Amino acid sequence: MKARERIAGNVANYVDERTGAAKWMKKNLTKVFPDHWSFLLGEIALYSFVILLLSGTFLTFWFDPSQREVIYDGGYQPLSGLKMSAAYASTLHISFEVRGGLLMRQVHHWAALIFMAAIVVHLMRVYFTGAFRKPREFNWIIGIGLLTLGIVEGFLGYSLPDDLLSGTGIRIAEAIIQALPLVGSYLAFFAFGGAFPGEAFIPRIYTVHVLLLPGTFLALITVHLMLVWYQKHTQYPGPGRTEKNVVGYPLLPVYMAKAGGFFFIVFGVTAFLGAVASINPIWLYGPYTPGQISAGSQPDWYMGWLDGLVRMSPPLETHAFGHTISWNILIPGLIVPGILFTGMALYPFIESWITGDKREHHLLDRPRNAPNRTALGVMSLTFMLVALINGGNDIIATTFHLTINQIMWFSRIAIFVLPPIAFVITKRLCLSLQRADRDLVLHGRETGRLVMMPHGEFVEVHEPISAEKAWLLTQHEQNPPLALEQNDARGVRRPGTLKNKLRARLSRAHAVAVPKATAADLKEIEHH
Amino acid sequence: MSNEIEAIRDPGLPAHVHRRADTDPKAAKKAERQVAILFLLSTLGTVTLIGSYFFIPQDVFIFFPVLGNTNAHQLFLGLGMAASLFFIGMGAIHWAKTLMPDEEVVIQRHEFRSPDEDREDFIATAKAGAAAAGLGRRSLIKRSLGLSLGLVGLSPLILLRDLGPLPGDELSKTSWKTGTRLVTDPGDRPIRAEDLEVGAVAQTLPEIPAGAHRALSDIGKDAVLLIRLRPEEFNLDAERLSWTHEGIIAFSKICSHMGCAVALYEQQTKHLLCPCHQSTFDVTRAAKVIFGPAARPLPQLAITVDSEGYLVAKQPFTEPVGPSFWERSS
Amino acid sequence: MKRLSRFRRHRAVAPLLLVLALFSIGTTFSVAGAATSTPITAAEKSALIDEGQRIFLKGCSSCHGLNAEGGGIAPSLIGVGAASVDFQVATGRMPMADMSQQAMRKKPIYNENQVEALAAYVASLAPGPEVPSESQLNYERDGSTAEGGELFRTNCAMCHNFAAQGGALTQGKYAPTLMGVEPRHIYEALITGPQSMPVFSDKTITPAEKLSIIKWIKAAEAEPQLGGASLGRVGPVTEGLLVWTLGLGLLVGVAVWLAMKAR
Repeated sequence: MKARERIAGNVANYVDERTGAAKWMKKNLTKVFPDHWSFLLGEIALYSFVILLLSGTFLTFWFDPSQREVIYDGGYQPLSGLKMSAAYASTLHISFEVRGGLLMRQVHHWAALIFMAAIVVHLMRVYFTGAFRKPREFNWIIGIGLLTLGIVEGFLGYSLPDDLLSGTGIRIAEAIIQALPLVGSYLAFFAFGGAFPGEAFIPRIYTVHVLLLPGTFLALITVHLMLVWYQKHTQYPGPGRTEKNVVGYPLLPVYMAKAGGFFFIVFGVTAFLGAVASINPIWLYGPYTPGQISAGSQPDWYMGWLDGLVRMSPPLETHAFGHTISWNILIPGLIVPGILFTGMALYPFIESWITGDKREHHLLDRPRNAPNRTALGVMSLTFMLVALINGGNDIIATTFHLTINQIMWFSRIAIFVLPPIAFVITKRLCLSLQRADRDLVLHGRETGRLVMMPHGEFVEVHEPISAEKAWLLTQHEQNPPLALEQNDARGVRRPGTLKNKLRARLSRAHAVAVPKATAADLKEIEHH
Repeated sequence: MSNEIEAIRDPGLPAHVHRRADTDPKAAKKAERQVAILFLLSTLGTVTLIGSYFFIPQDVFIFFPVLGNTNAHQLFLGLGMAASLFFIGMGAIHWAKTLMPDEEVVIQRHEFRSPDEDREDFIATAKAGAAAAGLGRRSLIKRSLGLSLGLVGLSPLILLRDLGPLPGDELSKTSWKTGTRLVTDPGDRPIRAEDLEVGAVAQTLPEIPAGAHRALSDIGKDAVLLIRLRPEEFNLDAERLSWTHEGIIAFSKICSHMGCAVALYEQQTKHLLCPCHQSTFDVTRAAKVIFGPAARPLPQLAITVDSEGYLVAKQPFTEPVGPSFWERSS
Repeated sequence: MKRLSRFRRHRAVAPLLLVLALFSIGTTFSVAGAATSTPITAAEKSALIDEGQRIFLKGCSSCHGLNAEGGGIAPSLIGVGAASVDFQVATGRMPMADMSQQAMRKKPIYNENQVEALAAYVASLAPGPEVPSESQLNYERDGSTAEGGELFRTNCAMCHNFAAQGGALTQGKYAPTLMGVEPRHIYEALITGPQSMPVFSDKTITPAEKLSIIKWIKAAEAEPQLGGASLGRVGPVTEGLLVWTLGLGLLVGVAVWLAMKAR
């Protein structure tokens, strides 16, 4: 036995005698993971989180989370001698005096934007393929939680430097808190340690941003990954893949190399962006003071939809019995987002209620085979997109020579009109694709070669598709709608009939599909 | 038409297709070399990073298309870092793709549901444990436990009371009193009526004693915008008109919607625009909201001139400035 | 003389003569041109005003009226001063090409002398803001960049954006970018308040403060891209766009390559 093997053996023995690690190592090193590029989207988010931890820790060594007023005496001339908070001054110091400081600031901020974008595309993949169904509902809820916390964490993070742009964002956040009925002014004064902006907010959100939320993230991400590990990853349908197996590659060596390598890719691309593209140039924004504002003030992209909703809100406020309720803030800022995110979190349960499907699912749906779900998803995305676009309406107006008034009115109408249209179009598209699949199975692929028959007719030669492809196009389930009886065996009306009627309606709509090709259909065609 | 019809059943995993590197040793060697080159590119990146950190001065700027005149130290440090990381990833992935075994492995899933025997054991254990605790029988313990746990949960809330003061009437007060002079922001110079031409604006704050310090929390309520129009351009009732002085009108700069600074004045239309959510206010009609989500006009500050001709507040604001809150009566 | 004639047929003669000719013509022109920057006599001034009136009647009176009294579509120019004319005409805003929301900066159609004549004519109608002289515009000497930044952010950024890139106003109007604007024109805009822009009186923003603002704008213009490509200096909108295009594009591209079977 070579020396190398002997040493490795001794180390392994040492660890195993104390932990019994060999057993679970052996089991887990051979764990199989299916390989598809769309399964890497969640990994982009995971690796971005690690990059955020690393780059963020670097920044904490120089950042001063204090709103104490200082006079700037650093190297950036256009701010020389000006009054600013220590937080802003320390961020300038990181940007201009600490070597690699600006790079790490930019890497950190780009990583945050990528983190949120990756979460969103990962969410879209999980949603459109139905990966949230049993047994993964809990993981879906954790995911929505990560999305929500990510938005908050990002907002707090870019507010730390206390510059004019992010300070304006904090002002708006304070107005939302203040607008809460009954408790608003108290909560605002507690959060800010007095009137806005005070001197307590930045140090407090620093604790939330570097300790409380990262800790929560670590816990949630660990549970999220452990669930994927234990429940095994879903897989796309295809030849040889069933609900009862997993087809893929083992952790050691393939998956470790590919996934590990992908971490370096994500870090490398983020560092590339940090090197070549400027982000959050706080020295141009200037230090925050409530008396200043810049044209074109927007939050980071993942909050742009919130800004857009607030911008398009009608000026609704009620004044009654000596009190004010600002619907123009509460509805777009809290109520609508609350409904959206709650709906998102509960969706697995809503869908299983509609379909009555209580079985486990490990094979993913092709989006076209779940037209209702896909259409609902596209409808939600359309809603978010209209809101997001309105969030940048002033920049869009100056770039494309439109008016902010036009864009605002377009958004107010489009947010109601476009989503249902998107739903209908998407559902029709999915059904069309199902029809195309059916045709492909029954009639084969059009080759584009024309042949003249003896009696003069021209026909196009169709090539039969492979058995693998035929399986892929027909393996999906097509369940009939729920049969919910209104009366029981003795003709007595069941309680909860209204709920059942709704459920039956939704179930019928959900089950609309083009019947898939069967072997019987093929035989029938054969006889033509 | 189609000749060969297969019944639509699962044909099973397709036959494995070998990669070039699996069968051809020369292709395998080539792949190995490619992986090595990728790893070496990474080392080049690290060398660039280290070199840039220590040897490129921080005040050198270099021109690249698209990037413009950019900081060389920043750029090469970042590119070095990016390369050092990216190529390790590319090397590892290329290695896995070309040389590591890519035979698909099939493993079986196991049902999550525990066997009935285990379930019954669990239920029995849980029931026995609960019975041993005796919570069901001993309602006095149960109720007092509930009370104590509930109360202990209150402690963190109580301990956080000193996070901030009670709002009191802070939200309704500003520093403006009768006779407070308007001074320029920045500069702190008092303003005479004749200093402003028609069509002029001035950013102002209340005068503070010499040497005193202005907190941002004060600016956040005290900022006032001064605008001069021709007196005949106003469309105000008698009371509001008496709050102006020779065509000069003063409004709180803090938006009544969500508190951004409403400083954007369009001289020709006499409109104020808040850049945050595009609320638009008509100056000639006491900052009435004509577009956007703001629900209330900007509070107007009554102004006049003092004995030396400087513009002063005639009285404090008659309503709270800034965004709405529950206790605001209008 | 004999020595020089030896080189008469040297092949460098032609280009050298050309350079000499250009040089002498050029310097003659600049010397002659410089003559206009010296103080002019009353007679010359009167001639300038007449010239201005001629240009005015030809190119401006159709909208602004024969006596610059204004009309339905254009305001009166009586009292706007030479500064307004210099700003509007020398930046090409006037004559206005199309009657859209606002006059845009474009290539001026009148040259420097014609602008001066127009300005003199309009100034002769009634007293108004004057064109600032060179000595009044020495922002390098008389301005402070840091103070200018503070002034800019309080008085200008809400329309023109934090980096003077411009911003939206209502109904399609906009505050233009201040990049590449002559210091003289910035000063004139401040004192005349063109179109939607308000007037910034000399008592509320002193001349020295105005020079500080100009100094800061010029510093911002000259500032290199400290962190890389600036993405327009308009804030998070373009940053988010870059993430969704280049950022995710690169990453998803590598992901697709990662999962593809090798040949």
